[in-house]
Amino acid sequence: MGRLLEVKNLRTQFKTFDGIVKAVDGVSFYLDEKEIIGIVGESGCGKSVTQLSIMQLINRPGKIVGGEVWFEGKDLLKYKQHGPEMRSIRGGKIAMIFQEPMTSLNPVLTLGYQLAESLILHLKMSKEEARKRAIELLGMVGIPSPEDRIDDYPHQFSGGMRQRVMIAMALACNPKILIADEPTTSLDVTTQAQLLELMVDMVHKFNSSLILVTHNLGVVARYAQRIYIMYAGRIVEEGTCKEIFKRPRHPYTKGLLRSVPRLDVEGERLIPIEGLPPRLTDLPDQCAFLPRCPYKTEKCSTSPMPELRSVPGEGHKIRCYVDIPEVDYATV
Amino acid sequence: MPQSKNDVVLEVKDLKMHFPITRGLFRKVVGMVKAVDGISFALKRGETLGLVGESGCGKTTVGRCISRLYQPTSGEIYFKGKNIADVPEKELKPLRRNISMIFQDPYSSLDPRQNAGSIVGEPMVVHRLVKSRDEYKEKVKHLFEIVGLNPELTTRYPHEFSGGQRQRIGIARALAADPDVIICDEPVSALDVSIQAQIINLLMDLKSEGEKRLTYIFIAHDLSVVKHISDRIAVMYLGRIVELTTPRELYNNPLHPYTQALLSAVPVPDPEVEENRERIILEGEVPSPLFPPNGCALHQRCPIATPECSKTVPPLRECSEDHWVACLRI
Ligand SMILES: Nc1ncnc2c1ncn2[C@@H]1O[C@H](COP(=O)(O)OP(=O)(O)OP(=O)(O)O)[C@@H](O)[C@H]1O
Ligand SMILES: Nc1ncnc2c1ncn2[C@@H]1O[C@H](COP(=O)(O)OP(=O)(O)OP(=O)(O)O)[C@@H](O)[C@H]1O
Ligand SMILES: [Mg+2]
Ligand SMILES: [Mg+2]
Repeated sequence: MGRLLEVKNLRTQFKTFDGIVKAVDGVSFYLDEKEIIGIVGESGCGKSVTQLSIMQLINRPGKIVGGEVWFEGKDLLKYKQHGPEMRSIRGGKIAMIFQEPMTSLNPVLTLGYQLAESLILHLKMSKEEARKRAIELLGMVGIPSPEDRIDDYPHQFSGGMRQRVMIAMALACNPKILIADEPTTSLDVTTQAQLLELMVDMVHKFNSSLILVTHNLGVVARYAQRIYIMYAGRIVEEGTCKEIFKRPRHPYTKGLLRSVPRLDVEGERLIPIEGLPPRLTDLPDQCAFLPRCPYKTEKCSTSPMPELRSVPGEGHKIRCYVDIPEVDYATV
Repeated sequence: MPQSKNDVVLEVKDLKMHFPITRGLFRKVVGMVKAVDGISFALKRGETLGLVGESGCGKTTVGRCISRLYQPTSGEIYFKGKNIADVPEKELKPLRRNISMIFQDPYSSLDPRQNAGSIVGEPMVVHRLVKSRDEYKEKVKHLFEIVGLNPELTTRYPHEFSGGQRQRIGIARALAADPDVIICDEPVSALDVSIQAQIINLLMDLKSEGEKRLTYIFIAHDLSVVKHISDRIAVMYLGRIVELTTPRELYNNPLHPYTQALLSAVPVPDPEVEENRERIILEGEVPSPLFPPNGCALHQRCPIATPECSKTVPPLRECSEDHWVACLRI
C-alpha cells in the first residue's frame, strides 16, 4: 500500500479575546491507499480544525501557522488558499463530508444541479453526461427513484437522505481521499449505522481512502484499521486499532475506554476521567493531561510536554513518559 | 426486591398524547401527531426504567406526560395509587414536588439570570420545605456536596460552569424537593464522553446511597448507557413500546426485529468483538408520526413482516417471564 497523505507537524491557531487558541498544535499523521483511519477525541480537541486545515478551509481569525500536508508529491500548504490548485483538489481528489449536511448544501439550488456542478468542474463532463451520472450516483447511495428526485431542493429531503446526497456528492469525482467529519452524529442510531455502512462500502468500491473523524470509539473499532487519539490539539496516541483497544498505553486513551459503558459488558461501575479538559488558550508547558492523570509521576510535572515515542506494537506511539503497569491491562 | 403491588410507585396505562397540527388563521386542525399512542408500564420503588428509541419516537413526551407538563390525551397515570392524568393544573403543585425532571441540554435548561444556589434552592422555596434562611442555605450547601460541586460556587452563574457542572446543578435542583421519581431526559447526551461517566455514576450513587429509594425513568437514545443504568428497558418505536424487559435479556435475547436492529447499530468499542458481530441494517427511514403506517409501525422496514403485519397492530404481550414484546411474528 502506498502512502497517500502525510501531514507533518501541522499547527493551526485562532486569535480570540481570551488569547491564542492552539487548536492544532503539531499534529502529524498519515494515510495509506485504500486505508480507513479514525481520528478520535472529545469535543474541542481539534479534530475538525485538523481536517479543515488539510483542505485549507481555515478562515480568520484562524490561521495555519506551520506544517506540511504532502499529497501526490506536493505540499498542499504551499498552495494559495483560493488558488486554482486547491480549488481543484477540494471536492476533486480530496472530498469532505461535514457534520451538518444542511450547511454544506445550498438551499436554493436543486440537488441535481449541485451534484452536476462538481462533475462539470472537476471531471469536465458535459451537462447531459453530468446529469446522467448524478442520477446514477443518487441511485447508488440508495435514494429511491433518483430520476424523479434529482430536481428536488435540499429541504425536500430528510436529514438521512441529505446525508446520502452528501455521500454521493463527496464521491462524485472519485476522490482519492474522503474525509468524513462526524458524518452521522446528528442522525438516529439506525440511520447512522445505515449510512456508515454505505459510506464504507462506497469507499471500498471507489478504491478511496477514508479519514473517519468521530468521538465514538465504537465506530472506530468497527471500521478503522488505525487510529489517532487527540487531546487538547495534539495526537497523544496512535497505532493499529486492534492494538490500541487491547492495550491502550496513554492514560487518556485508557481512561476513555474505561469510562464508556459497553453494550456487550454487564454493568460494572464506570471509571470516569476526573476533572475537565483544559482550555486551549492557557495550556501548561507540561503534558496537557497531567491535571487529570491517575498515573502521573514527579517527572511529568517537572518535564516539558512529552514527545511522541514508540512503544511495543506495530507503529504504536504515545505522548507520555509513563509506562502503564502490565497488570493494569487486565482491567481495561 | 419484593414483588408486592404496594411497591409500585408509578403505573401508566394506555397513555396517549396526540398533538393537533393546525393551519391558517382559524387554526384548523389538519392532522394529529400521535406522539405517544398507547403506552403501559409499571415501575417499582427504587427501580430504573430505561426508555430508548430514535428521535421523535415519543420518549420526551412520555416523560412530560408523567410529570404532567403535558395533559395527556387519554390514559391513566397512577402515582402511588392515585390517577394523576386528569388532575387539574392548580392541584399539581404537590405532584411537581414528587416527580422532578432532569433535562438534556445543560446549557439552555438553567435560568441564566439566577445564580447556581438559587437555581438549586428554588424548589425548596416553592414547596415551602425550609423554615429559615439558615436552613435553606444549609440545604443548598448539602445538595451541592451531594452532586460533587464545591458549595462555594453557589454565587456563580450558569455560564461560569462547564457542561458537566451544569448538569450537576440540574441534578441538585431535581433533588431539592426530595422527590420519589426523577425523570432523566437524555441527561448525558450533550456531555463529553469523559464527563458522561461522572454523571452516570452520580445518578447511580444517588439511588443507592440516599435513604429514599429513588425511582428513575432514564430516557436516552444511547443503548449502551441505558443498558448500563436500567433495571428494565422499554424500547419505543413511533409512539409505542415494542419490547420491554431486563437489560440482560434484551441484549442476549432480543425478540423484536427493531430491537435487534437497534442493538446491532450500536458499535462496541472493541475491534475483535466487532469483527464477529452480526449486523442487521433496517431498510428505509423512520416513518413520520403524522402519517404512521397501518398495522405494525415497523412493517415496511421489517425483514420478517407478513401481509398480516400491515393490517393488525401487534399488542404488547408477555412472552416469557418479564419479557414483553409487540410483534405478530414472535
Ligand atoms: N473560528 C474559531 N474561532 C475561535 N476558536 C475556534 C474556531 N474554530 C475552532 N476553534 C477552536 O479550536 C478548537 C478545536 O476545534 P475543533 O472544531 O477542531 O474541535 P473538534 O475536535 O472538531 O470538536 P467537536 O467534536 O466538538 O467537533 C476548539 O477549542 C475551538 O473552540
Ligand atoms: N408540543 C408538541 N406539539 C406538536 N408535536 C410535538 C410536540 N412535542 C412533540 N411533538 C412531536 O411528537 C413526536 C415525539 O416527540 P418527542 O420529543 O417525544 O420525541 P423523542 O423520542 O423525545 O425524540 P428525541 O430523541 O429527538 O428527543 C415528534 O414527532 C414531535 O415532533
Ligand atoms: Mg468537529
Ligand atoms: Mg426527547
